Amino acid sequence: MQNSGPDDISSTEEQEKWLADALALVQHHAFYMHRALDSCNLRDALKYSAQMLGELRTSKLSPQKYYELYMKTFDELRMLEVFFKEETKRGCTTAHLYELVQHAGNILPRLYLLCTVGSVYIKSKDAPAKEVLKDLVEMCRGIQNPIRGLFLRSYLSQISKDKLPDAASEFEGEGGTVVDAVEFVLQNFTEMNKLWVRMQHQGPAREKEKREKERSELRDLVGKNLHLLSQLEGVDLDLYRDMVLPRVLEQVVNCKDELAQYYLMDCIIQVFPDEYHLQTLDTLLGACPQLQPTVDVKTILSQLMERLSNYAASTPQVLADFLQVEAFSKLSEAVVKVIEVQPDMPLVGAVSLHVALLTFTLRVHVDRLDYVDQVLGACVKKLEGVGKVKDNKATKQIIALLTAPLEKYNNIVTVLSLTNYPKVMEHLDYGTNKVMAVVIIQNIMKNGTFIMEADKVEALCELLKEIIQDSDGSPALDELDEEDFMEEQNLVARLVQMLTNDDNSEMFKILQTVRKYFLKGGPKRLGYTLPSLVFSALKLVRLLQQQDESSGEDGVTFPQKVFQFLLQTVEALSVVPAPELALRLYLQCAEAANNCDLEPIAYEFFTQAFVLYEEEIADSKAQVTAIHLIIGTLQRMHVFGVENRDTLTHKATGYSAKLLKKPDQCRAVYACSHLFWVVDGRVQDGERVLLCLKRALRIANAAQQMASVTKGSGGTLTLFVEILNKYLYYFEHGNQHITNSVIQGLIELIVTEMQSDNTTQDPMVDSFFASTLRYIRFQKQKGDGVAERYASIEL
Amino acid sequence: MVLVLALGDLHIPHRAPDLPTKFKSMLVPGKIQHIVSPGNLCIKEVHDYLKSLCADVHVAKGEYDEDSRYPETKVLTIGSFKLGICHGHQVIPWGDLDSLAMLQRQLDVDILITGHTHQFKAYKHEGGVIINPGSGTGAYSSITYNVNPSFVLMDIDGLRVVVYVYELIGGEVKVDKIDFKKAQPVG
Repeated sequence: MQNSGPDDISSTEEQEKWLADALALVQHHAFYMHRALDSCNLRDALKYSAQMLGELRTSKLSPQKYYELYMKTFDELRMLEVFFKEETKRGCTTAHLYELVQHAGNILPRLYLLCTVGSVYIKSKDAPAKEVLKDLVEMCRGIQNPIRGLFLRSYLSQISKDKLPDAASEFEGEGGTVVDAVEFVLQNFTEMNKLWVRMQHQGPAREKEKREKERSELRDLVGKNLHLLSQLEGVDLDLYRDMVLPRVLEQVVNCKDELAQYYLMDCIIQVFPDEYHLQTLDTLLGACPQLQPTVDVKTILSQLMERLSNYAASTPQVLADFLQVEAFSKLSEAVVKVIEVQPDMPLVGAVSLHVALLTFTLRVHVDRLDYVDQVLGACVKKLEGVGKVKDNKATKQIIALLTAPLEKYNNIVTVLSLTNYPKVMEHLDYGTNKVMAVVIIQNIMKNGTFIMEADKVEALCELLKEIIQDSDGSPALDELDEEDFMEEQNLVARLVQMLTNDDNSEMFKILQTVRKYFLKGGPKRLGYTLPSLVFSALKLVRLLQQQDESSGEDGVTFPQKVFQFLLQTVEALSVVPAPELALRLYLQCAEAANNCDLEPIAYEFFTQAFVLYEEEIADSKAQVTAIHLIIGTLQRMHVFGVENRDTLTHKATGYSAKLLKKPDQCRAVYACSHLFWVVDGRVQDGERVLLCLKRALRIANAAQQMASVTKGSGGTLTLFVEILNKYLYYFEHGNQHITNSVIQGLIELIVTEMQSDNTTQDPMVDSFFASTLRYIRFQKQKGDGVAERYASIEL
Repeated sequence: MVLVLALGDLHIPHRAPDLPTKFKSMLVPGKIQHIVSPGNLCIKEVHDYLKSLCADVHVAKGEYDEDSRYPETKVLTIGSFKLGICHGHQVIPWGDLDSLAMLQRQLDVDILITGHTHQFKAYKHEGGVIINPGSGTGAYSSITYNVNPSFVLMDIDGLRVVVYVYELIGGEVKVDKIDFKKAQPVG
C-alpha cells in the first residue's frame, strides 16, 4: 500500500490542473450559452449548453474535484431552466422541448438537459408528475459510470424534490400520489446505491483504501434519498412500514457491501423518527444478522438502543408503546444474535452492547429488576471463562455496566437484589475491583442509604470483599499506596454506620456478619475497621440498657451476649498489635458494662485494660495518657463492690506512682485522689484523699530537689500550685480532712519557695499562683456561708 | 469582629461518617478567621477539611486522634482574649467544672475550650469562661447519652465575646447565644 510520496503530490497537482482546465472550459461554453439565451436563440442555447455539459464526461477527476465542476455547471443550468420556462411562454411546448433536447450528441449532456426540461415540464403540469419522473429515473440508467451516474442522479433528485406528488402538494392528484413519489425516490436510491457499490470493485486491489476513501466522500449523495423520504408529508407510519423500510432494507441487504450497509443502516436510524423504529423493530432488527459479517453491527445496534433510550427518557408517554411492542425482548434477542453471528467480536464490543441494552432497560423498564438482572446475566454468560478481564477498554465498559444501575437506583439495597451483579464484578481485575468497591461505598454514603437486613449486609460484604480482605490474586500490601489504603479502610469504617436496624436482634446479626468479614482482613486492616464495629455494638448495648431487656435464653441475657461479642472483638486487635487502641476500647466497654450494672463484666474489661498497660504499653508518654484514661474511667464506676474497687484503685495508684517522670507521677497520683472521693457512686473517703494528696506533695518535693541537683537551680513550683488547687477543690466539696491549716501550710510553702534564690522564676507559675489566690479572695466574698469557711485562710 | 469556630469530638470515621449535612452547608470557607478544636477529629481527612474552611486551625490532642503531633494543650491570643484548648480527658473527674477551672487558671486564659464529654457547656466562673462545643457529629459518648450534634461560633469584638451555640435537634438547627464581657484589664 503506497503511502504519500512524490506520486501522490503530483496527482493532487494534476487534479488541480485538470479541474482548472475543466472549469475554464465550462466558463467558456457558458459564455456562449448566455449569449444565446440573451438573444433567445434556442438552437444555440442547446448547442452550447451541451458542449458545456460535455465537460462532465471526464474520468480524470477525483470525486471532490468532480463535485466542484458539477456545482459550477449546476449554477449555469439554473439559468437555462429559467430560459426554458420563458420559451414555453413563447410558444414552444414543453413536450416539444422535451423531445428537442434528446438530440444532443452525447448521452450525459442529453440526460442533464432532459432533467432540466423535465423540471419545467412537471412544474407546468402539462403532464402528470409521476410520468415525467418515471421516465427520467429510468432514462438515467444510460449512465453506468459510478461517479458520473451518482452526480447525474443527484441532479435529478435535487431539481425534483420540490415537485414530488406528495400528500397535500400541488402535484398530487393528476400528478400522482405519495406512493408514486416514494416509488420514484426508492428507484433513484436503489440505482444510486448500486453505482456506489460498483465503485468498490473498480481499479486494482492495492488501491482499495483509496477507493474506500473516495466512496466515503460520496456517501451523502446516496443518503440524501433516505432523508428525502423522511421529509415527505405523506409518508406516515403505515407507508414507512409497508413500503419504505422493506424496500430500503432489501437493497441494503442485497448489495452485500460492507461500507454501504453500515452507512445506510446508520442513516435509517438517524433519519427516521424513533416512533417508527419502535413500531418496525422486528423488521429493522431482522436485517442485522443478514448483513455482511464484517459490518460493525454492534455499533448500529448500540446507536438504535441509544436513540430509543433517549426517546423513552424525553417522552414518558410512549413507555406504554415500548411495552406493547415488547421492545426489550426483541432488543435483547438481537444482542444475543449479533454476538453469536460474530464470534470474532472483541470483548469490548460485546460488553458495550450490553451496556447500551442496560441503559435502554434502565430508561424504559426501570422497575423491572428482572429485566436488568437478565441483561447482566447475558453479559455474565459472555464473560464465562474469560476470568479477570485485562483489556482496558473492556474493563471500562464493565465498570459502565456496574455503575449504571448504581446511579439509576441510588440505592445499594436495590442493586444487591440483582443476582448477576456480583458475578459481573468478579471479572474485574484486582485494582479495578477495588476502585469499583470504593465507588459503591461512596454511593451509599452520598445517598445515606441504610442497609438494614443481615442477609443484605452479607451480600454487600461479599461484593466488597476485595477491599475487606486479602485474596489469592491480591498483591502484597506494602506494594500498595499507603495513603490510598488508609483512605479506603477509613471509608469501610464509615460504612459500618450505615449498617443498622432498629430491631435489636437483627442489629446483632448484622454486627456478627460484619465481624465475620472484617476478621478476614488481617492485621493491616483490623485497626481501621474493628473500632467502628465496637462502637456500633456499644450503641446497641445502650439501646438495650434503655429498653431494659433483661430476659434472655439459657441464662445469658442479650446485653451479656453483646458484651461477649465486644470482648472477643477487642481481643482480635492483639494481632495488629494495637494495645493503646485496645485499652481505650476496653475502657469504653467497662463503662458500658457499669451502666448495665454488670459488675463481673466491667471488672473483666478493666482487667484486660490493666494487662495491656502492664505488658504492652512501654512508651512513657503513652503510659501517662493510658493511666489517666484508666483513672478517669474508674472514677466514674458505681457498679463495683468494695473489694473489686479497692483492687483496681490500688493498681491504679500503684502504676501512677511508677510512671517514669516525677511530674507525671505527681499528677497521676493526685488524679487518683478522686478515686477515693467519687460522690454519686458514694465512697467519699476524705482521709484517703488527703493521704493521696500528701503522697503527691512528697513526689513534688522530690521532683523539686532532683531538679535543683541536676540543673543547678530549683525546678518549677507548678506542681505545688496544682496540688494547692486540689486542696481547695476538696475543701470546697466538704472534705473535712482538708483543713484551713493544711491549705495555709501549702500556701506558705509555695510563697517561701518562690522567694528562694534556688527557684527558677517562671511567670506561668507566678500567674497561676496569683489566680489561685485571686480565686480564694473571690470565695471570701461569697455569700451562703462560703466566706466564713475561707475566712481563716490568710493571704 | 473576629469569628472563631470551636468544633470537636467528631470521631470520624469510627463513631460517625461525617458532619451533618446541615452543618456542612453552614460552614462556608472564608467566613471564619480561626478554628479551635479540642480534638478527637480523628483522621487527617477531617483536619484537611477544617483547613479548607480556614487557614488558621488549632487542634489539641484527643485520645483517639491519629496525629500524634497535636499538643496536649494550646494557648493563643485572639484580639484581647487569651484562649486555651485542651481535650479534657487529662482532667479528672471528666467534665468537672471546678477541675477545669483549675486548668484554666494554670493556662492563664480568659476562655478555655475543652471537650471529651460531647455535651455543650458554657460556664462562667471568676477565672473566666469554659466552653465545651459538644460533639460536631453527635458521636457516641460513654459519658453523655443522646448526644445532639453541636458546635460553637464565637464572635470576638473588643472586650466582649458573643458565644453562638448551634445544635441539631430533631433535624433542625437551633441557635442560642450567650454574652460574655471581659473585665477591663487593670492598668
